[in-house]
Amino acid sequence: MKALCWMGIEKLSVEDVPDPKILNPRDAIIRVTRTCICGSDLHLYDGYMPTLEQGDILGHEFMGEVVEVGPGVDRAKLKVGDRVVVPFTIACGKCFFCQQELWSLCDNTNPNAWIAEKMMGYSPSGLFGYTHMLGGYAGGQAQYARVPCADVGPIKVPDGLDDEKVVFLSDIFPTGYMGAENCNIHPGDTVAIWGCGPVGQFAIRSAFMLGAGRVIAIDCVPERLRLAEDAGAETINYEQVEDVVQTLKDMTGNRGPDSCMDAVGMEAYGHTLPFLVDRAKQAMKLATDRPNVLRQCIMACRKGGTVSVPGVYGGFLDKIPFGAAMNKGLTFKMGQTHMMRYMRPLLERIERGEIDPTVVISHRLPLSKAPEAYKMFRDKEDHCTKVVLDPWADGAIAA
Amino acid sequence: MDFDSVIQFPNGRAQGRNFDVVRWGSMLGGGALALFGLSRRSKPGFALAAAGGLLAYRGATLEETDQEWYVETSFAIDCSPAQAFQFWRDFENLPKFMRNLESVKVLSDGRSEWTALGRMGMNVRWTAEIVDQRENEWIVWRSLEGSDIDCRGSVHFRAAVGDRGTIVTASMQCRPVAGALGKAVALAFGKDPEFMMREDLRRFKALMEAGEIPNVEGQTHGPRSRLDKAIHAAYPEKRKPAEFEANLQQLQTQRSAS
Repeated sequence: MKALCWMGIEKLSVEDVPDPKILNPRDAIIRVTRTCICGSDLHLYDGYMPTLEQGDILGHEFMGEVVEVGPGVDRAKLKVGDRVVVPFTIACGKCFFCQQELWSLCDNTNPNAWIAEKMMGYSPSGLFGYTHMLGGYAGGQAQYARVPCADVGPIKVPDGLDDEKVVFLSDIFPTGYMGAENCNIHPGDTVAIWGCGPVGQFAIRSAFMLGAGRVIAIDCVPERLRLAEDAGAETINYEQVEDVVQTLKDMTGNRGPDSCMDAVGMEAYGHTLPFLVDRAKQAMKLATDRPNVLRQCIMACRKGGTVSVPGVYGGFLDKIPFGAAMNKGLTFKMGQTHMMRYMRPLLERIERGEIDPTVVISHRLPLSKAPEAYKMFRDKEDHCTKVVLDPWADGAIAA
Repeated sequence: MDFDSVIQFPNGRAQGRNFDVVRWGSMLGGGALALFGLSRRSKPGFALAAAGGLLAYRGATLEETDQEWYVETSFAIDCSPAQAFQFWRDFENLPKFMRNLESVKVLSDGRSEWTALGRMGMNVRWTAEIVDQRENEWIVWRSLEGSDIDCRGSVHFRAAVGDRGTIVTASMQCRPVAGALGKAVALAFGKDPEFMMREDLRRFKALMEAGEIPNVEGQTHGPRSRLDKAIHAAYPEKRKPAEFEANLQQLQTQRSAS
């Protein structure tokens, strides 16, 4: 089959590789019909996440048709022919954490848990196509994918809904929604969201669903800010204001947003001195992350407010104003998304037409164009907001 | 032998490594103390130098214990003490989650024959007897005369506070016997024995909870670099061909029980 392989920093290629096999009793093999490039894949592309190996197959947002199930899969839950969306986190469904619905913290799905334990104390769940530290599972930017614990994660989708309407249930829609839920929104609250990429877009829409009175979205890419405005958000282009924190204060009568969300993560951009220092440290491998958005979230958040972090961080963060967080009595909520908690209710919202997830799509391309698509997405060229790949198309598909 | 005497090093560190720290710490620290004391050129200074010298001497003459190790480690598992005990008590189940254990054969008299795959394909064999056990609580075993290694081990199962499953604590102590030098080290497979035991217990937990051990061995991938190939060759983490069937069997046992 064809699969997108990581061949080094900023080096990707579509390779012919053997088809995936059932390796565990609860595995299933999926024929992938749609797969997407996620903002967090760019951290891998740029080489900021440790423990990736040459030849690793990337991709954690995918859906398709079940073509084979292992002998241990509960047939009542999954069978050959089912059309499913696969969540990016892998969960056993049985451990202490799965029972508490903390699915992304599952104890039993990371075969390389010891590496993660060294970095983090304890290991989160295994993820598709997202470094060996987090499982080393081959990803879904391929024609077929192996899905472990297949009777827990994949959700069946009705035939009436197009792939494009439901494929974002694999990550970004639930991730944006959990980011908003983590904001602890009370009716009428003001929520500030840094990053208007696809997760930010879903977060903005989810924040309104959860009762936010105002959403203030912060980014510098005009088409992303326009999409945010379409959803009803006020926007700040951080390149056009002197100080984002002061601007937020001015917009909220010196109180500050009730909740601040970092939907950017470890590769934040900026145009201030702290950003340039972070950039230099990251380039010299002195730091894994550039946390300038998180710093702004903490400084901007009102006293007693909540900081929600759906953006991915990888390691040790520098110069976090923890004194501000402590003295202002902030609450922090974060984590990889507990996918299985959100997929069913969000599918129902899509079915009821409460949200059209396709608004974030800017490019539809064949898998063979994935290497170029990564670069285009990273550099925000050609108004790129979200790329959906078809692993079976040969030529270019119109955007 | 009573149960308590097995648990000698409650912090779970490998004994050999601790001795190395003591040894080098004594030598370097003692040496530095001696030099500092001498540089004072005073009575207390000379006393300090004498004490430092003694410490350095002790460090240098400490017995080599590289061949011997003791490890202990614990895991919280979401099942009852009885379930964990019953699975473990059938020693023939142990190779299902202990990667370097080739086979265990239980003999009619209650003794068992163990074969482990050691470093460089060297097989390490021992015959074990149960020294002490209490149903659903603990098992203590030791190797018998004529084995390649002199080892003893224990495993105990106790209900975690607040009805949160079972804490399983395993320990193993191993030293070489005359005529089989190097086998105790070989048993560690060139790895830290503490690491091996923790990963074995982690797999036991996965098997008891999820019914299968997570695995990426044998999955598809693109072309690997020479460096990655070399690393994989140097640290083979091969799972046994029978693991799939073992997992399936465990899964079906769980299904029929629930």
